[in-house]
Amino acid sequence: MTALDPALVGPPDGSASDLLPGLSPRRSRATRRMPPAKVLLGGIVTAFFVLVALLGPLVAPHAAGWVANTSSGTPQPPSGPLWLGTDNMQHDLFSQLLVGSRSTLLIAFLAGAIATVLSVAVGVTAGYLGGVVDEILSALSNIFLALPGLLILMVIISPLPVPDKGNSLVIGFVVAITSWAYGARALRAQTLALRGQDYVVSAQVIGERKSRIILFEIVPNLLPIVAASFIFTVIYGLGVYVALCYLGVVSPSSGSWGTMLQSAQSNSAIGNGWWWWYLPPALCVALVGFGLALLNFGIDEIINPRIRSARTGGRDVKFQLGLTPVVRQASPEGEPR
Amino acid sequence: MPLLIRRAGFYLLAAYAALTLNFFIPRMLPGNALDAVLTTMRGETTPQELAGMAAQYGIDSKQSLMAQYFTYVAHTLSGNLGFSTSKQVPVTTVLGGELPWTIGLIGSATVVAFLLGTLIGIVAGWKRGGLIDTVVPVSAFFQAVPYFVLGLLLLIIFGVDLHWFPIGGGYDATSRTVTYIQGWNWPYVSSVLQHSVLPASTVVLASIAGWIVGMRNMMITTMDEDYVLVACAKGLPRWRTVAIAARNAILPTISNVTLSISLVVTGAILVEVVFNYPGVGLEIFNAVQSTDYPLIQGILLVVTLAVLAANLIADFAYAALDPRSRREA
Repeated sequence: MTALDPALVGPPDGSASDLLPGLSPRRSRATRRMPPAKVLLGGIVTAFFVLVALLGPLVAPHAAGWVANTSSGTPQPPSGPLWLGTDNMQHDLFSQLLVGSRSTLLIAFLAGAIATVLSVAVGVTAGYLGGVVDEILSALSNIFLALPGLLILMVIISPLPVPDKGNSLVIGFVVAITSWAYGARALRAQTLALRGQDYVVSAQVIGERKSRIILFEIVPNLLPIVAASFIFTVIYGLGVYVALCYLGVVSPSSGSWGTMLQSAQSNSAIGNGWWWWYLPPALCVALVGFGLALLNFGIDEIINPRIRSARTGGRDVKFQLGLTPVVRQASPEGEPR
Repeated sequence: MPLLIRRAGFYLLAAYAALTLNFFIPRMLPGNALDAVLTTMRGETTPQELAGMAAQYGIDSKQSLMAQYFTYVAHTLSGNLGFSTSKQVPVTTVLGGELPWTIGLIGSATVVAFLLGTLIGIVAGWKRGGLIDTVVPVSAFFQAVPYFVLGLLLLIIFGVDLHWFPIGGGYDATSRTVTYIQGWNWPYVSSVLQHSVLPASTVVLASIAGWIVGMRNMMITTMDEDYVLVACAKGLPRWRTVAIAARNAILPTISNVTLSISLVVTGAILVEVVFNYPGVGLEIFNAVQSTDYPLIQGILLVVTLAVLAANLIADFAYAALDPRSRREA
């Protein structure tokens, strides 16, 4: 690639001196260690909400049964002592938001974890064993991909007995059942690619057991994809769980962000302009999703550096047709940035 | 074309699996959900309806499960989806009134999202690191937010605060100046369009990121191919080169339709609930609330079949666009 005349492959604005340093794989150690900005931001947002979910219920200023007063039936707007105001029953909405974060995130992460285990099991098995097993497992995951998961969840969950509906494990498991297929598909494809690699073949030649090859040779090399599919299913689980609560199919006793949205909706908070009731939970859901999505973006770019987006301020390498761009992190003089 | 036959066979299998699931889910649920539903309904339903339910579900009857199953399959194949207990009309009648709304909403939104997203993706991939490329993380925000939360936010901003668009429903029944008559007349059509702007934009915003990101990343990979280099070297105008790369980059995107379509449909159904849009999604929500099992099952079946049909179309489109996929099979 370096032998190509840049004038041939791109617009003449990229001079050779601009290009050549960018093609060198050399990067300063400090910048290489730094995770990409997207990962950093996504990680901070996610970690913040995980902290809220862990500590929020403990530091919530008011208990669930607490009411600001018993005389009024209209929600109070945010004020000094009541940061997010109250709902029409005079419950403190800030406390509800803090308490609700726990069940919301718990279910999302639980569903993500269970679905990831399922998708690794199905995807890697199908990809490694091949043959009839692969055919059956692939058909199964394709069917699950095509089925509209949320609708099936609505039908399955709504007639469940009330104690089961409040059980995070049950709900997390049911959500996971409808969401493992995406990961399984990606993992199967990658396993197929890994199966032919020399180190796997040599492990086979040595006479390693299949289970050992899968667990110690294949799975560790799938970790980035496993991580990406975990985050994807957490986002999916978050959306589905909030949706189920919003639709009133699930109503956890401790409350959740979706439950807040549901009660706001059923009390026509939107029509009445009580924004402090529905806006905070909606924004929280949006932010958690955004943080996780940023993390996922970052992981994608670590797996596949070519798709990395770089706003280099015009000083660095220009992305040119026909050249595999390698983003230069340090300027030619070697000064750290 | 053996590939297409195989794909069609797979979709038949999937449709059959959906049908079977649809039959067994209400029966397999713990605590015999159907009986519970029936007992709560007994007070309100007429004996004829109970008999209808019994015929549909085999409750109170002496039929075996397998016999019930075959009756159900036969009924469904002949287009009989049962009788809605909450609406007192056949399920097919309910669906007939609502499917056009949903198909119109999802269809138009998906076409817009696909065209726009692919275009943006092409430009973002071509000018990587350019201004358009910064759109990508922004669009990821919309993708990560659940559809209905996005819908709520749009509704609050443009419906409640700015009063640009109506805050719910599919059309106006009456207003101060006009009485709307359903049909092909301008006042009614414009009212329908006006009501569909917010729900459709929600679906477009939420689903466009997938197209943008997929197309952008494929463009970047494709631009490294030798044939793009050759096209460039031979002095083709810039847009022709882009077109050559884009034509090849778009193929995996089309095969991704399979992955995304059921997510879009599910999301759009929630959007209907948020906007009170008179489609299938709102209907299944109401049906779940009133435990109208025949209607729930009917909608579930029709939506699943529609998703499968959309997948089949995407597969055919892929085979038509990519000769390699036809030959390999």
